[in-house]
Amino acid sequence: MSDAVLTLAHLNKRFGALQATSDVSLDLREGEIHALIGPNGAGKSTLIGQIAGGLKPDSGSIALAGREISTLSVAQRARLGLGRSFQVSSLAEPLSVKRNVMIAVQALQGHSFRFWKPVQRDESLLAPAMQALERMALAHRADTPVSELSHGERRQVEVACALALKPRVLLLDEPMAGLGPEGSARLTELLEALKHEVPILLIEHDMNAVFRLADRISVLVAGAVIAHGDGAEIRGNPQVREAYLGD
Amino acid sequence: MTKSDTRILAPQPGLPAPTASWHDRKGLVQIGLLALLLLAPLAAHFLGHVYYVNLASRVTLVAMAAVGLNLAIGYGGMVSFGHAAYFGLGGYVAGISAYHAFDLTPVIGWPVAIPGSDSMLAIWLVAIVVCGLLALAIGAVSLRTTGVYFIMITLAFAQMIYYFANSWPTYGGEDGLPIYLRNTLPIVDTNDALTFFLICFGGLTLSLALTSRIMKSRFGAALTMARLNDTRLATAGIAPYPIRLVAFVISAMITGLAGALYADLNGFVSPTMLSWHMSGELMVIVILGGVGRLYGPLAGAILYVMMETLLGGLTEYWKLFLGLVLLLVVLFAKYGVMGWLAGRERHE
Repeated sequence: MSDAVLTLAHLNKRFGALQATSDVSLDLREGEIHALIGPNGAGKSTLIGQIAGGLKPDSGSIALAGREISTLSVAQRARLGLGRSFQVSSLAEPLSVKRNVMIAVQALQGHSFRFWKPVQRDESLLAPAMQALERMALAHRADTPVSELSHGERRQVEVACALALKPRVLLLDEPMAGLGPEGSARLTELLEALKHEVPILLIEHDMNAVFRLADRISVLVAGAVIAHGDGAEIRGNPQVREAYLGD
Repeated sequence: MTKSDTRILAPQPGLPAPTASWHDRKGLVQIGLLALLLLAPLAAHFLGHVYYVNLASRVTLVAMAAVGLNLAIGYGGMVSFGHAAYFGLGGYVAGISAYHAFDLTPVIGWPVAIPGSDSMLAIWLVAIVVCGLLALAIGAVSLRTTGVYFIMITLAFAQMIYYFANSWPTYGGEDGLPIYLRNTLPIVDTNDALTFFLICFGGLTLSLALTSRIMKSRFGAALTMARLNDTRLATAGIAPYPIRLVAFVISAMITGLAGALYADLNGFVSPTMLSWHMSGELMVIVILGGVGRLYGPLAGAILYVMMETLLGGLTEYWKLFLGLVLLLVVLFAKYGVMGWLAGRERHE
């Protein structure tokens, strides 16, 4: 696949007797949303950990834009263009929304060993941060501390942080988790608008969102990919229906 | 501003105070603390009480050492229980340099002869560099751990240096090393108590200004994020470890410079300056004043030294009362004296 930005090949990860990731190969192409679905305990989080850098795979390779990244640190992967959001929001609570996003812009601009110029009125940090927030329809909350945000807004900040990195790949770990139908519909809309700008690997439980957003879907069961295909194919796949969609 | 404006801007219960008035109050407290520190020894000087001028110098230097520690603990979230190592090492730089200057012997004879010096400028520079290098080595190892392990490993390193100084006879061992003649500066007379106080005061204001400036910079933003959520920092592509290490080194440099001045104030340096009691004292001052508050170390140092002097004059068990005050602060004034005086810190 020549236009794949992110390629996982024969990835394996074992915790004791548990094969958490079993020979997983999948790719993410330019301009698409690739959804990864699977029941609880299917190994989705383990897989994300390996892509983002928290976990080291036992074997197999992960390539980002043709470069092997499976031995790099979290920060190094981020610098190569891997933006991610977390299943449980991971933001600096006492800081304003703006400051949370600005740290990503700062990272993108290069090293942080600058001790003199104040960041507070640094337009080169502020402007891109505000831009990312506007993409997530959150510019009006820029000065609010994260601790005062709703659950859904935090999700939007997380995605804005990832966007501010100008990533080549977005890795979204259950962005709809804990959102009501309204919040979920809203975030789906915002993600849809990003679709052709940056390819997204979407790990999600919310089937409405998945079928609406995803170009391709992979189904993970017991650590292995049991099916690949577009929405219609997955919906029609008897194995998937049995394992996951609950028929 | 009209009357009705004032009413609207007044802090209401349950709502955060408006930023403008909060800044005013914090600014007033900060200026008040500095003015108190500056005016008290001036008054003492004109009333002829040299003792109180020297006491103010002690407050200033302990505060400066705690400003350094606060950068690590308060701003960096690195609870170092070994900052006496840098405080004492700074002191020994001043002491050893003065000893050799007095003796006309070289500090090191080989491969190049380095003479002693009684120049404060040279001593300060060496103290900053040496403490920075020590912190680089200690921090590089210690920062691989977190939490209780970090506290213990910094303590262990500091105790190693303490026992080394205790058992090394060349510079007095456990008896310590006197500085017979206070080190000198061009033009001014450092033996004058008020002049020396003003030098210390300059050092403190400079370290406060430096800390404030650093924390507003990109480096400060990264350090704040490393403290609040290092996963977020790494996810953005900034590795937290080097950020923390550099902050730890700067922190040690400030504390080390304070130590060099402290040895000159007392005319004496001994392993006491390196002991874990000293580390604990600095920590207590930071906590009393308010962890992560710019002027917290100053407020804490004023309170600490005043209690030590006033209560210490009444009873040798004054630390019992210090303990009670510390207990009250931790239980009821979570943000220390500064939080109590100036309100809770708000991030922009």
